[in-house]
Amino acid sequence: MPLRDKHIYTVSQITQEIEVVFENTFGLGIWVEGEVSNFKVAASGHFYFSLKDEKAVLGAAMFAGANRQLKFKIEDGIKVICFGRIDVYGPRGQYQLIVDRIEPKGIGARQLAFEQLKDRLLKEGFFDPAHKKELPLMPFRVGIVTSGIGAAIRDILGILRKGALGVDVVLRPVRVQGEGASLEIARGIEELNEFGKLDIIIVSRGGGSTEDLWAFNEEPCARAVYNSKVPVISAVGHQINTSLCDLVADIFVETPTAAAKIIVDRKNELLSQINELRHAMGFSILDKINSFKNEVTRFRHSLKSPLDRLREKEQLLDELAGALNNNINQIINITSERLKSFIERLDALSPLKILARGYSLSISQDDGSIIRDAFKITPGQRIKTILGKGAFLSTVNEIIKKELGDEG
Amino acid sequence: MKDKQSFEDDLKKLQKIVEDLASGKLTLGESLKRYEEGIKLAQGCSSLLEEAGHRVESLMKKDGRFVLEKFEEGEEEK
Repeated sequence: MPLRDKHIYTVSQITQEIEVVFENTFGLGIWVEGEVSNFKVAASGHFYFSLKDEKAVLGAAMFAGANRQLKFKIEDGIKVICFGRIDVYGPRGQYQLIVDRIEPKGIGARQLAFEQLKDRLLKEGFFDPAHKKELPLMPFRVGIVTSGIGAAIRDILGILRKGALGVDVVLRPVRVQGEGASLEIARGIEELNEFGKLDIIIVSRGGGSTEDLWAFNEEPCARAVYNSKVPVISAVGHQINTSLCDLVADIFVETPTAAAKIIVDRKNELLSQINELRHAMGFSILDKINSFKNEVTRFRHSLKSPLDRLREKEQLLDELAGALNNNINQIINITSERLKSFIERLDALSPLKILARGYSLSISQDDGSIIRDAFKITPGQRIKTILGKGAFLSTVNEIIKKELGDEG
Repeated sequence: MKDKQSFEDDLKKLQKIVEDLASGKLTLGESLKRYEEGIKLAQGCSSLLEEAGHRVESLMKKDGRFVLEKFEEGEEEK
């Protein structure tokens, strides 16, 4: 080809042309998927990284304005899908993808979405212990949100049938996996709340892969559990990995069986508690009765029968009478002794005794008085003179004035 | 009808009676009366727990109204 026919581009021209070709080929936006590498955040807030697969690498830039709303953290190694346009950067002769939107891809994406949602719910207070409702003392009416044909409902009903036959169950059958399952679970929880009359709600699903259990990690389910007025037990899967539903629920257990066991255990605890109360009452009342018995016995001892009292008085009387008798005898004895001595003394003083010794006693015949003074009698007066033995009458002849006993 | 509220109320009453009896402040007559009351409550609560009237229903919303149907266990999925 002759040189003059040749069109010679300047670097700038060709670069411009390439830009046009890119624009014509890719339009203003394309989706590209790849793995992130060399991720850097510039001081300006712009992101710079590479997208790569097994065979190629594509430079990428995401400017601060676009990345501000990003909900997950971009890290090396994660797979992403980016939307943007191919831009030619003249000064370096490079092309790159200017990213408008970026989304995580595959299972990693799910995990990211999960972490992201968890983070958001955490900030909204979904896992706050203060928001957890207490289970009622005894749930008599249990609402269950799960598949009507799954292992979970069968396990739960089996345990209840064995251990807590009195509990009524209202099942709200839902799809527990697949597209829209989370929304269906959420609606189930809402409708059981609306239906009312329920003491608790069990949200459950038997074991399965992480994918199978995913509905319980999605926002609708978590939100419905959070908003439920009825306390919720979450029993999802047979594995230890914790779903968002578990974290939001008032109580979570690892298996549907364990959820039902909570109810059975409550029932048994309450029964034994009631039994204890019954015994406590029995003891109290026995105590009461015994203390009254003791009191009655005490009263009986202090309250003697009237007959007893009478006997007591009789005995006292006997004692007193005996004492009195003794006293009187003593008094009589003493008195008679004294009387005897009085009599003896009296005897010694008797005028008869004096008369026996030779004295005599003269008595006036006129008035019967004892004559003690010679001047009080007159001659001619008749007197009676009493001697130791016998007496005689005489007439006074003469009064002798000077004689024995006259002190004159 | 199994009612969690009346059950909880009865249980609370029962606990109160047990406390009252244990306090020893009641007369014998009052004690016996409370004891009788307590035994009735305990029996009521126990029989409620031990009741065997197990109902399993499934809830559906049809035309905006709730419908309860007897739930028949089906085969396991998979």
